[in-house]
Amino acid sequence: MKELIERLRSKFNAKNIKEQRKNFVFITVEKKDLEGCVLYLKEFEGYGHLTLLTALDWIEKDQFELVYHLHNYSNKTDVSVKTFIARKNPTMVSINNLWAGANVYEREIKELFGIDFPGCPRVNDSFALEGWQDIPPMRRDFDTKKYSEETYFPRPGRYTKDNIAQMEEQLYPVEAEVKNGIAETVRKK
Amino acid sequence: MTEVNKEENKIIKPDYCDPELFCTALPKEVPRMNNIIQKFYDWAQANSLWLLAFGTGCGSIEMRPLYTARYDISRFGIAPRPTPRQSNLFIISGYVSVKTLKRIIRSYEQMQNPKFVIGLGSCTINGGMYWDSYNTINRLDHYIPVDVYVAGCMPRPEALIAGFDELKKRIKEGRGEGANEYAKNFAWYKANQKKIIKDWDMPDYNW
Repeated sequence: MKELIERLRSKFNAKNIKEQRKNFVFITVEKKDLEGCVLYLKEFEGYGHLTLLTALDWIEKDQFELVYHLHNYSNKTDVSVKTFIARKNPTMVSINNLWAGANVYEREIKELFGIDFPGCPRVNDSFALEGWQDIPPMRRDFDTKKYSEETYFPRPGRYTKDNIAQMEEQLYPVEAEVKNGIAETVRKK
Repeated sequence: MTEVNKEENKIIKPDYCDPELFCTALPKEVPRMNNIIQKFYDWAQANSLWLLAFGTGCGSIEMRPLYTARYDISRFGIAPRPTPRQSNLFIISGYVSVKTLKRIIRSYEQMQNPKFVIGLGSCTINGGMYWDSYNTINRLDHYIPVDVYVAGCMPRPEALIAGFDELKKRIKEGRGEGANEYAKNFAWYKANQKKIIKDWDMPDYNW
């Protein structure tokens, strides 16, 4: 694993290397190096299985993070390759030519995060959401509760309680009454 | 190239508009006869429930034991059918996403009158644990008429059997009028359905 990390560092300028376990490592590469890095891992290091491809929304940094999780069947190790792309007009190179299964992940990310993958087959077709017209729902600036209340006719009668107040009422009813001004003093035992 | 395709789309009507494939006449209300024959019909319909084997959400897992030896709904005279045209009882078994709702509406409209709907689980009542989700509906009765709700997350097969008993009672009392209600408030149901199904690519009513 150490040698692999050294090779990735020299070849692809891998940064933020974090060894999660002795058989599992996270690395971060530049956007332009990503396809080469994934191809190198697949063809030369034996990481032939794309376990998952997912996206994270770092709205504070104005960036999307893409995570490519690869598995090696021969020595049972995992490498997770991360990259950051800009949040405005996000576009990423498709790895559909390396793994045909990446098609599903890319279509899903296109629909839920709005990240475009030019060249991926049927990437513009609707995948799980049919006829979605709002901003992509997994972006963090999308308010799912507000959207649901406006769209899906919420049934009245649902209310929330403050956790601390409810536990105080249940466990210390007398003290809660004093605190709320109902009773005057707490009776001592 | 794209312009040509656009023009072609204008000329060629999609399949669902073909009157040979679908009857597009709107549903009609069938008035009840208030006599002993209607009572006989109600009794007969209550004992002739054929449920559509259509599973959505986690409830479809709870429905499978019903057909098997342990719970065995055959002893109540209920049997699953593979197609909506042969069944008259629709169990919506759990959360309904917008994509599923489209299929539910098409299946419901293809079922023969009289037809009954059981909403299984909290998700069909008020959204359940998915009440604030961007893609699951909250109230099923805004889209199709529901006769009986079975509350729980998820209700066990025994609860569903109790729901069947309740439905039979309702039908015998003459309150299983879902299809008539749908025909009566057709415009309201359609407006609700079209509010959330943005890519409406099917006929307004099909059977």
